[in-house]
Amino acid sequence: MTGWIAANPSIFLGALENHLWLTGVALSAVLLIALPLGLLLTRHRGFANAAIALVNILRTIPSLALLVIMLPLLGTGFLPSVVALTLYGLPALLLNTYTGLTEVDADIVEAARGQGFSDAQVMTRIEIPLALPVIFAGIRTAAVQIVSAATLAAFIGGGGLGELITAGMANFNFPQLIAGAVAVAGLALFVEVAFALLERLMTRQLRLGAS
Amino acid sequence: MSWTIENYDRLLIALWEHIQLVGVGLAIALAIGLPLGVLSARRPGFALVVLLVSGALYTVPALAIFALLIPYLGLGFWPAIVALVAYALLIIIRNVATGLQEISPDVLDAADGMGYGRWRRLFAIELPLALPVIIAGIRITVVTQVSVATVAAFINAGGLGDIIFQGITQDFGEKVVAGAVVTSALAILCDESLRRVELRLRANQAEHA
Repeated sequence: MTGWIAANPSIFLGALENHLWLTGVALSAVLLIALPLGLLLTRHRGFANAAIALVNILRTIPSLALLVIMLPLLGTGFLPSVVALTLYGLPALLLNTYTGLTEVDADIVEAARGQGFSDAQVMTRIEIPLALPVIFAGIRTAAVQIVSAATLAAFIGGGGLGELITAGMANFNFPQLIAGAVAVAGLALFVEVAFALLERLMTRQLRLGAS
Repeated sequence: MSWTIENYDRLLIALWEHIQLVGVGLAIALAIGLPLGVLSARRPGFALVVLLVSGALYTVPALAIFALLIPYLGLGFWPAIVALVAYALLIIIRNVATGLQEISPDVLDAADGMGYGRWRRLFAIELPLALPVIIAGIRITVVTQVSVATVAAFINAGGLGDIIFQGITQDFGEKVVAGAVVTSALAILCDESLRRVELRLRANQAEHA
């Protein structure tokens, strides 16, 4: 496995780089969509129930199914993969953003309004900081889901580390197959642990700020 | 739609294979996960180790687990089952342990006072009370397994993923979509029916409480 990587460094690094691009772009898109949308849903509760029911269905769709459904719609390559991965990561963050914001104690919000906070101030100084741990847990889940599902992008020509696995299988090149599998497993574990540490650090900062 | 209509029998066979993968995977995962969950609820140190190991397994992408098993177990149904069980363990163990720990100590004291032995208390009192949380775990497990089983076609385990992969190789969009839609429908159906079971159990318990 290490032998294969040493012999083919450019193929390996290319696949890794592509995997990171797929993950990075999809995760950014999830953040850009889910955070404002989650906030918006808390302001329109009637609409929120329908949206959440829809998102719960989206969450249930298997990752491979979501990726391959892009084939007739958008064809093969990077873009359809990113669209599918964005849809795959979206539910985790959207649900956590919404839940985190709705769980903020109504008394605290009321007290802030009583002290003359404007709507924008209540949102940026009270609601978002208090909801941040739950929101961040959602970001972590989405990141791990996306980095993991990005392995399957290889099936629709999206590249990434999964391509080492599929190409290794097709050519009976087992060192390549194992190299891809170990790399993607390591990457997923790294993302999980890194985000868990960040989450802990942030929660501690918030607690210090509060006291 | 013509392919789907003419080949509905192939879709049904793939669906049946898929259900077998998930069913056998779930049964074995429960057989291992239930005792480990009970043990985890009793011993926090043991729980930490088990949750760390099963948590790491849960994080590894499905395709990577299948690929890593090839040199040891080869291709086919049983290697796929090993991966499906590995995925299920975290959630089952965690939910069994949580369900047992959430039971009020008063209830356990009452059972002890009535002369229940350890095993009778576990089977007659604790597990039934923990059932909604355990079912919630089974629900997440089944949805995850339906998804992972799709990828199992990569190691020739059959199932609906087979239809999808055939469609990709043959560059046949309808076949790909048919496979993907039936897989999604299966996942959504499992999720919804288990959610209803869970809600009914919770309602029953609330009534008796």
